[in-house]
Amino acid sequence: MAGSRVDLTQKAADLLLRLRDIHGPLMFHQSGGCCDGSSPMCYPDGDFKIGGSDVHLGDLRVDGMTEAVPVWMSESQFEYWKHTHLTIDVVSGRGSGFSVEAPEGVRFLIRSRLLTDEELSELNR
Amino acid sequence: MAKFAAPGEKDSVVQYKPRYDHFIGGDYVPPAKGQYFENPTPITGQTFTEMARGTAEDVEAALDAAHGAAPAWGKTSATDRANILNKMADRVEANLEKLAIAESWENGKACRETLAADIPLAVDHLRYFAGALRAQEGSLSQIDEDTVAYHFHEPLGVVGQIIPWNFPILMAIWKLAPALAAGNAVVLKPAEQTPASIHVLLDLVADLLPPGVLNVVNGFGVEAGKPLASNKRIRKIAFTGETTTGRLIMQYASENLIPVTLELGGKSPNVFFDDVASQRDAFYDKALEGFAMFALNQGEVCTCPSRALIQGGIYDDFLSEGKKRVEQIKMGHPLDTETTMGAQASNDQLEKILSYIDIGRQEGARILTGGERADLGGELSGGYYMQPTIFEGDNKMRIFQEEIFGPVVSVARFADYDDAIKIANDTLYGLGAGVWSRDTNTAYRAGRDIQAGRVWVNNYHAYPAHAAFGGYKNSGVGRENHKMMLDHYQQTKNMLVSYSNNALGFF
Repeated sequence: MAGSRVDLTQKAADLLLRLRDIHGPLMFHQSGGCCDGSSPMCYPDGDFKIGGSDVHLGDLRVDGMTEAVPVWMSESQFEYWKHTHLTIDVVSGRGSGFSVEAPEGVRFLIRSRLLTDEELSELNR
Repeated sequence: MAKFAAPGEKDSVVQYKPRYDHFIGGDYVPPAKGQYFENPTPITGQTFTEMARGTAEDVEAALDAAHGAAPAWGKTSATDRANILNKMADRVEANLEKLAIAESWENGKACRETLAADIPLAVDHLRYFAGALRAQEGSLSQIDEDTVAYHFHEPLGVVGQIIPWNFPILMAIWKLAPALAAGNAVVLKPAEQTPASIHVLLDLVADLLPPGVLNVVNGFGVEAGKPLASNKRIRKIAFTGETTTGRLIMQYASENLIPVTLELGGKSPNVFFDDVASQRDAFYDKALEGFAMFALNQGEVCTCPSRALIQGGIYDDFLSEGKKRVEQIKMGHPLDTETTMGAQASNDQLEKILSYIDIGRQEGARILTGGERADLGGELSGGYYMQPTIFEGDNKMRIFQEEIFGPVVSVARFADYDDAIKIANDTLYGLGAGVWSRDTNTAYRAGRDIQAGRVWVNNYHAYPAHAAFGGYKNSGVGRENHKMMLDHYQQTKNMLVSYSNNALGFF
């Protein structure tokens, strides 16, 4: 899928659908730094205030959900991450900041791969 | 000493209770919604206790208790408050093994570290802030002959504190000691990964504090942390964690116009100049240990020296000997005092580390040692163990830029001083750094040029209470440790007094 920076696994899609029932429309902001850093944080959409220092990586489409789930990252972090494609997955675990999946005993996790030259030129067009 | 018995075994120095409620107003109170969550040990993956799953109702109850206690606590004399902290320190010290084993069991770290560092440092912090409080003075300024400005330190009132899971007891004490010394009442939320060991501490010290001065609400970030951090009834929030949650907490704080202390991690460079190897002596040996320090606490330290920068002249030899040092790290049962590296704190933490090993390989970094999950056999097979890992690569790679929070160091070569500083500062973060050189001028200049809140020169991972700790750049806001922390938990009352009997003559 050329032209995409971010995607999700089926497991993550299923979880998002369940979380949507509890919390309403959702969003992701990719974290950095300590402890639970490097985790994609999932919040009720609008709970985390996006600002001029954020980059919109893309919108996740989930079957059964009318609205998309936007994915954001701070611009400064994006500078170091922009050559990689991100896939949001789920693993069993415990907690990550105020991310809404923690009480379910699972945690969203980023899996990364390098973007191909073709994808990069598509994205930079 | 070989191996401590595990909690749950008959002759263990510590036994966890089967369940912990919230500690509110001096009593244990069940959660309003009646829910609990399981707490597993990362050593075996098995659940050993269950914890109250706090919600906004519990946070409000804790804030009620804190607000009830804060006025009297704030007016308690500095001597009395300091004496209480000293008594807390004495109890912790007298129960060092108990707390060390409790923390190892819950967090997965080797008890060698909790026995020698975590708990003794907690004791020292309590005593330090007891002393700092006793020595603290207000000030007065004589404005003119008849007018004096007095400056008093007054507590903030009720503060919220959110504790990370990497040092469950020490990080709680880092935040509690100055807050309590300064005269505040606290509502504290431990990490959901390590919610129990703080209650072993409370069992030992709770009776020393007036009810409501210290309240602990357990639970998940979204259910208990958020209602605390966003609450109108706190006068400050302190948080250790990561950047997105840090921003969120600052957003909440902005709505309530309260100050924050944020400690948000780093990607700390550990810089080794050529002259380190000019002699193969004790100092050289110390520097090699400094290189291996990324494995302390399984790399789960905000200041983990996770980028080693080695100068070209010694690069091959130093790295080869550093690798040997790392390969001597002894993985094993964390309650065995011979074990030098224990388990990662959770399954998701281990998974995250492995995801970084994957992207590191894809980006072309070379693994010199480690790189795999470790299966230590027997009951430990259910635990979360990672081999200490050395990557060799380039500072632009993701493994050089993101905090892996595991026993993984990314190594790069630098040509000269300017190159070292350029690479060291090419990061979003600025929490810790290490500089190793026999040349005091080089060491001094590098220490000043690296943009980080803590630069260790010719040592690493020391955390004395009397040295300020905190981040530059994206690593956070504010400081911890040092007597300046009293200021972080106090506000200044200026009383401007006229001793003149005469009107100004304006009206």
